Amino acid sequence: MTDFLARIGRSTLGSLSRLGRASLFLWHALAGLPSLVLRPGLVLAQIYSIGVLSLIIIVVSGTFVGAVLALQGYNTLVNFGAQDSLGVLVALSLLRELGPVVTALLFAGRAGSALTAEIGLMKTTEQLSSMEMMAVDPMRRVIAPRLLAGFISMPLLAAIFSFLGIMGAYFVGVGALGLDDGPFWGQMQASVDFRDDVMNGVIKSLVFGFVASWIAVYEGYDAEPTSEGVSRATTRTVVHTSLAVLGLDFVLTALMFG
Amino acid sequence: MNMGRSVEIWVGLFVAAGFAAFLGLAMQVSNIPLFQTLDGYDVQLRFNNIGGLRERAPVTMSGGRVGRVKSIELDARSFDAVVTVTIDRNYNEIPEDSSASIYTSGLLGEQYIAIDPGGLDFFLEEGDEITLTQSALVLERLIGRFLTSMGDGNDDD
Repeated sequence: MTDFLARIGRSTLGSLSRLGRASLFLWHALAGLPSLVLRPGLVLAQIYSIGVLSLIIIVVSGTFVGAVLALQGYNTLVNFGAQDSLGVLVALSLLRELGPVVTALLFAGRAGSALTAEIGLMKTTEQLSSMEMMAVDPMRRVIAPRLLAGFISMPLLAAIFSFLGIMGAYFVGVGALGLDDGPFWGQMQASVDFRDDVMNGVIKSLVFGFVASWIAVYEGYDAEPTSEGVSRATTRTVVHTSLAVLGLDFVLTALMFG
Repeated sequence: MNMGRSVEIWVGLFVAAGFAAFLGLAMQVSNIPLFQTLDGYDVQLRFNNIGGLRERAPVTMSGGRVGRVKSIELDARSFDAVVTVTIDRNYNEIPEDSSASIYTSGLLGEQYIAIDPGGLDFFLEEGDEITLTQSALVLERLIGRFLTSMGDGNDDD
């Protein structure tokens, strides 16, 4: 019985101290951000590996998510003779939910795991401590650029995802299913509000970008310096990011559209 | 150096594509209200019942859009709904005795205000009020009236 209680207590204390370490870590990383003004090349290289290399998966999945939404939406809407609202359906679901959320989930799998593995391996092979030996702050040199690059890349990726999704729906709806393109765009423009829908989606993707890159770099930095530890950290990144994104999405949606 | 340059080009492309997508969303999908504050004059309409009319609903004349609903308030004394609409500056020769009605586009579509022009030589201006209005058709009320009239008909037989 006491063993059981002790186990609960230990895991609670453990997760609390992890949370504390993660917050302190974030604080140090944010403190490293201003020095990046002098070395924009570091951020540039990270935007390349986080943002540009994620483009293909975002482009392909965005287009196909939009196309599938159009097919499914058409089959339901046509029963009510409301197939002209297909544009509204696709645009609102992509801008408000699917764009930011699916991008964040793909980001966790494509870029977050790579970040964790990279930083975890740097720690395992003692590159981080040798940097400290050379009086180079790994927070500024390694962590801060990656955090900033993730924060910058995510809204851009989400915007590309949503835009291509709508284009995919346009090709399926207007091109293949033979809808008229007047109401498709017209009704969409009439019901999509720039501030309420587009900007709220951007805010969501900013939050997700911040959380996803924070979790990714923290898990890498906090990984046990063994090959098993790095593999566990990578798994944790994907799982924790997905859970955090889905949970935060509910909270943000309740705040914005509730 | 060559490597670094191609990275820069790719990042530039990525950022440009991201902003282009954002701009596309803003212009093509949502037609931003920021650039769309209608330049025009405000006119008030009093209705007994506005049904499901909402803000930003279109105001039309002969089917063409001439303005948008700006705000909807309830007159606490007369219990009329006071609808303020902004009419485009280009349409500044709408007769003062025009009448307004609320219609529904399609069977279950969105509601809009239609203005039927009158014949006076005085034109509507900022702050004017159109009192000659016809309320929205509320489907339940219509069915209720139809049912009672059917009941009356049966009694007569």
